[in-house]
Amino acid sequence: MYVAVKGGEKAIAAAHRLLAEKRRGDVAVPELGVEQIEQQLALSVERVMNEGSLYDRGWAALAIKQARGDLIEAAFLLRAARTTLTRFGYSTPIATEKMEITRRISAAFKDIPGGQILGPTFDYTHRLLDFALAEPGEPLAPAMVSELALEPPVRVLDLLRQQGLIEAATQTSTSPEDLTEAPLNFPAGRDLRLQNLVRGDEGFLLALAYSTQRGYGRSHPFAGEIRFGSIEVMFTPEELGFEISIGEIAVTECDMINQFKGSTEVAPQFTRGYGLVLGQCERKAMSMALVDRALRCEELGEERGAPAQDEEFVLSHSDNVQATGFVEHLKLPHYVDFQSELAMLRQMHAEIAAKKKAAAE
Amino acid sequence: MSSASYNFAYLSEQTKRMIRRALLKAIAIPGYQVPFASREMPMPYGWGTGGVQVTAAILVPEDVLKVIDQGADDTTNAVSLRSFFVKTAGIATTEATAEATVIQTRHRIPEAPLTENQILVFQVPIPEPLRFLEPRETETRKMHALEEYGVMHVKLYEDIAKLGQVATTYAYPAKVAGRYVFDPSPIPKFDNPKLDHNPALQLFGAGREKRVYAIPPYTSVQSLDFEDHPFEIQKWDHTCALCGSDDSFLDEIITDDKGGHMFVCSDTDHCRATQEQK
Repeated sequence: MYVAVKGGEKAIAAAHRLLAEKRRGDVAVPELGVEQIEQQLALSVERVMNEGSLYDRGWAALAIKQARGDLIEAAFLLRAARTTLTRFGYSTPIATEKMEITRRISAAFKDIPGGQILGPTFDYTHRLLDFALAEPGEPLAPAMVSELALEPPVRVLDLLRQQGLIEAATQTSTSPEDLTEAPLNFPAGRDLRLQNLVRGDEGFLLALAYSTQRGYGRSHPFAGEIRFGSIEVMFTPEELGFEISIGEIAVTECDMINQFKGSTEVAPQFTRGYGLVLGQCERKAMSMALVDRALRCEELGEERGAPAQDEEFVLSHSDNVQATGFVEHLKLPHYVDFQSELAMLRQMHAEIAAKKKAAAE
Repeated sequence: MSSASYNFAYLSEQTKRMIRRALLKAIAIPGYQVPFASREMPMPYGWGTGGVQVTAAILVPEDVLKVIDQGADDTTNAVSLRSFFVKTAGIATTEATAEATVIQTRHRIPEAPLTENQILVFQVPIPEPLRFLEPRETETRKMHALEEYGVMHVKLYEDIAKLGQVATTYAYPAKVAGRYVFDPSPIPKFDNPKLDHNPALQLFGAGREKRVYAIPPYTSVQSLDFEDHPFEIQKWDHTCALCGSDDSFLDEIITDDKGGHMFVCSDTDHCRATQEQK
C-alpha cells in the first residue's frame, strides 16, 4: 500500500515519454521545423535570445520547439546550454552609431538628419485578424526599401548633446563587470544594472516601465531615438593581437530623453535612459530605458520611493529563469517541513483543549 | 552536444575551481555566506542547483554518491539528480548512508551518524536566516558583520508570547562556532542537534541566491533559544509502522478518506536497515 506513494524512476521516464508525445501533437499535422520557427517566429526567437543571454538563432529556435512554445522554458534551456560553452574573451564594445539601419525613428523631432525609417513594424497596422494567413499564401514581391544613406546617421541625442541640452553619456568603467562571472552585489554599477535588465523578463520590465509612467517614479520620457539594425562584432584574439570581425548581430537600441536636471546656477539639461537588446525587441528596449532611468534616481539626486527606483528590488527579481524556478519548486515534495508544521499545530490544539478541560473541571 | 562531450560532473574545470575557492573560504569562516558566481544548471532554480554545483565541484571519480530528498532515496527529484551525476560523472551511487562518501540532501540529515570520511551537501533555497525579518541584502550583510542578531531573538520571543512556543519548526536558526547565525536550510528542527560537532564536513549551496557556506567537522552549532525556553525537537506519539523506530523523523501517510493514517520513517535507508536488523 505504502509503496505506491513513492514513484521515482519509472514515473519520471513515463512522464518524459508523454511530454514528447504532447510536444509532437497530432501526427497527422506536419512536424514543425526549427528553420520555420527561426524564420517565421523570429520575435519569439529574439526574446528567447535576450532572456537566454545567448545570440544563437538556431539554438533559440530549437529551444522553443523543445519547450513546446513556452518561452521562459526555452530561455532556461538556452541558459543551461550557455553554461557549458567555453569563453574566449570579451568583444570590443559594439559601435551602435555604425549600425546598418533597418528601422530608425524619433518621437522628439518631426524630421531628423538621416530621416525617419519605419522598417518592419506593427505600429500602424490595424489589429484585425488576417484570415488570409490561415492558409499558406503565394510568395510576396520584395518590399520597397528606401535607399540607405551612405553614412550611418548621427544619433539624435548626439545632436542635443552638441548644443549642451542633454547630459553626457556616462562611461562608468573601461572594463564592465559581468554578472554571469561574478555574483551580483549591491549597490550595483550601471553596467551591471543594464546587463541584468537585458537578461530580465520582458513582462516584468514592461510592468515596471509602465508603473513609472503612471506616477511611481515618474521621469517624463520622450523616445529620443529607437534604432534597429545589424552591427559587426569585433574581437581581438590574444594570439593574433589585432581586431577581426567575428560576425554580425541584430540589435535594437533605445535612447530615452528624460526630465531635465539643473538649477538657476547650473543650466538644466535633459537626462538619459538607455536600452539595448538583441534582435527586434522594441518593447523591451524601451522598457529597459525607462527602468534604467528610474534606477538612476540616487545618482541624479531624486527621491527614491517607487518600486522601479529600488535597485535591489528590481535586479533581484527581474530574472525569469530564477523566478520561475523558485516559484515552481513549490511543486517539489515538502513532506518533512509540512509534517513539522502539522505536528506543532496539533500540539497547540492539544494544549488548548487540555486548558479548556482543566478550566471546565 | 552529446552527454559524452561534457566535462566530468558537467561543470568546466574553471568553474569548479571558482566554486572550490568559495568553499575553502566558507570552511575558513564557519557559517559565513560566501558569494559565488553560480551558473545556470540544466535543472531549474529551486530544484537544488546550489547543491548540485557544490557536489559537482567536490566529486572525484572514486566517490560514492547518495542523493536524498525528504530523507528518501526514491523521491522523484532525488532520482533525477542522482541520474544526472551518473550520466555526467559516471559516479558510483548508493542508498546506504554508511557506504556514501558524498551525500547530497534536501530537507533532511540522515538518521545514521556520519563519519570524518563523509561530506554532506545541503540544497538551500534562502541562505539568509534574517531574510524574512529584513528583505534587503545590503542590510542583512551589515547585521551579520556587526553580529546584530537582536531581531531574531525578538522574533522567537514574540512567538513564545503569542503562541506559547517558538513557531519555527524547520529552517530553525542556529549559531555556528559562536559567531554567525545561519540557516540550516529547511531541515526539520529535529535535525538541528545533528549539525553540532558532526564529524562530517557539511557544505551548503544556494544556486539562485549565489551563496555557499559551510560547517567544518566538529564545529559547535547551537540552535537559538532562551534559558527559560530551551530548544526542543519534535516528538511523536507513534513509532514507524514499518520498522518500529521510535527515534526517527516520521512522515505521515494518509491511507484512506476516513481519517486513517500511518507514520513511517522519512529516512528510507534507516527504515530498511532497522527492518533488516530484526
